[in-house]
Amino acid sequence: MNLKLITDIAKSLLLARFRQSLVAAIGVTFSITMFIALLGFMNGLNDLLDGLILNRTPHIRLFNEIKPTENQPVNLSKDFKNGHNFIQSIKSSGGKLEIYNNAAILEAIKSDPRVRGVAPKINAPVLYNSGTIDITGVVSGIDVMAESELFFFNDYVRTGNPIDLKNVSNSIVLGKGLAEKLLAEVGDVVQVTTSKGERLPLKVVGFFQSGIADLDKIQSFASIVTAQKLLGVPSNYITDIQVKLHDLTLAPAVTKEYAQLFQCDAEDIQTANSQFETGSFVRTLISYVVGIVLLIVAGFGIYNILNMMIYEKMDTIAILKATGFSGSDVRKIFLGIALTIGLVGGALGLLFGFLLSIGIDQIPFNTAALPTITTYPVNYSPKFYIIGIVFSIITTWLAGFFPARKASRIDPVIIIRGK
Amino acid sequence: MEKTVLQSINLIKYFNDPVRVQVLKSVSVSVNQGDFVAITGKSGCGKSTLLYILSTMDTDYEGDLLIDGDIMRGKSEAELARIRNEKIGFVFQFHYLLNEFSTLKNVMLPGLKLQQYPEKEVEHRALERLKMLDIEHLALKKANQLSGGEKQRVAIARALINDPLIIMGDEPTGNLDKKNSDIVFDIFKRLAEEYNQTLLIVTHDDEFAKNTHRIIEMADGRIV
Ligand SMILES: Nc1ncnc2c1ncn2[C@@H]1O[C@H](COP(=O)(O)OP(=O)(O)OP(=O)(O)O)[C@@H](O)[C@H]1O
Ligand SMILES: [Mg+2]
Repeated sequence: MNLKLITDIAKSLLLARFRQSLVAAIGVTFSITMFIALLGFMNGLNDLLDGLILNRTPHIRLFNEIKPTENQPVNLSKDFKNGHNFIQSIKSSGGKLEIYNNAAILEAIKSDPRVRGVAPKINAPVLYNSGTIDITGVVSGIDVMAESELFFFNDYVRTGNPIDLKNVSNSIVLGKGLAEKLLAEVGDVVQVTTSKGERLPLKVVGFFQSGIADLDKIQSFASIVTAQKLLGVPSNYITDIQVKLHDLTLAPAVTKEYAQLFQCDAEDIQTANSQFETGSFVRTLISYVVGIVLLIVAGFGIYNILNMMIYEKMDTIAILKATGFSGSDVRKIFLGIALTIGLVGGALGLLFGFLLSIGIDQIPFNTAALPTITTYPVNYSPKFYIIGIVFSIITTWLAGFFPARKASRIDPVIIIRGK
Repeated sequence: MEKTVLQSINLIKYFNDPVRVQVLKSVSVSVNQGDFVAITGKSGCGKSTLLYILSTMDTDYEGDLLIDGDIMRGKSEAELARIRNEKIGFVFQFHYLLNEFSTLKNVMLPGLKLQQYPEKEVEHRALERLKMLDIEHLALKKANQLSGGEKQRVAIARALINDPLIIMGDEPTGNLDKKNSDIVFDIFKRLAEEYNQTLLIVTHDDEFAKNTHRIIEMADGRIV
């Protein structure tokens, strides 16, 4: 192949117009830089906001809801099969929140290859007693190890050591807001009353700050054993099974499957938190649109410089053709110029985009709602860098295509005669 | 009998812009190996038009063109480019060289394109030809730093790089002063006599024409 010769000629033409080529390349660099920084930042924000809820939300939640039986007895009876049965004032019966046979269910879920982890949970509505006032709230009985691994529980315990929940019997981790209301310090004992009237003193071992203030005013955590003791139930009682999958998108399908299989209610994360998906989607869309618009502008820059170059280099093209270069050689030369501008500009754009992202990552960002965050969040996913360079190649190729085709069609006779 | 390198049979050429005019009216010429031929004629009689067809750059004609016994009709643009590269050397009145490159590189380009020899060998051959034309000291100068006469000599060296079957020129001395014209003419003469190079040169210069082996005179699109 004549590739070496063609790149050689392309290089010479490019260097002869170095300044303009540089400007065109800077256009690409700028747009790719912005594209990378914008996507990194927006996705960092997405991750952060999603993480607020999604980190702590199971992909699948199994539970029993108190609701009336779907098939009322009259419908089951043979005698009334042919009639149309109107039933009024149905009441739910046998309000059991417990998941039956949960040990077997936990085992079965654990051995499912799609599952990353599973954590049992007990939700117990309670009253916190502080002097003469009672504050309503919820104590969640959790498996501290599983909860930390799957839902980052330890990240949100800002004071105290989360593992004490397991090691210290009758202990509790209070929400920050709740602790302030109760005027409780670590080491204090708070009184907790269940809906059935039982009362238990629990020792405060830490404070919990989720970033959602309303939640922190009512929520507290205890170990599963403590919660069972609180509710006065046997040690096989749990109300929730939380499942985290390897692939979040499988959640709806697996949820349906589990609800069938285990004969209980099941909810997937998409249903529980649909609004977050929408927010993320819009932010991502905006960053892509801005990035692509910038790239199109850069593409016009390349288109212009190539058109100008071709206009200036008519003679050169005519001589090349007269001395035996074919139209396709000429086209390759100019496409080569365009792609060089695009690749160099794009690669620099990736570098500067990365540096800009690092810069953004250094800017302090403190908010009470997000205790684990100290600087602006940035996502460094290589995906954006790959998309960025692919986009820059595609745009420059498109920007180069038409001028290059024009160059390849130049008739040398017209140029030579025109002198 | 020398071999025929270039032959045209009843070439007819029309221009349609702004009105349809016939510029070539059944032109048949044939050039043998080693011929040094001049085409002369009044301005506007169709000399350049004929040369562009003979050089395969203009494909919009009627009649037939044979180069090296091979019929040109129906060949693709890339095939014709290859034939120009391999078999035809060009010297124009203007349009000398590519200003982005050195003299040496200008001479080398068609050779590199042909890929008959490796790059080192092409460079060697280019230097040989520059030496033959007494301009090897210009090898590393940029093309736009040369004088008109020097440029034209470099263009001749470039035309020679692939040992073409035929060299064509469209008023190659038209833009040069007397001294430089003589130098260029002497080069052509030497090529014809010493190297048995076939040459087909369009010229206005009667003195130039007189000194060639054969003159083809044209008038109003015909050979007279
Ligand atoms: N592209 C074109 N469209 C229309 N007419 C053309 C075109 N090119 C050339 N002609 C006409 O064709 C005729 C022949 O032109 P040509 O350039 O071949 O003449 P020439 O013999 O080379 O003249 P000169 O000696 O001045 O160079 C002229 O009358 C010219 O006006
Ligand atoms: Mg002419």
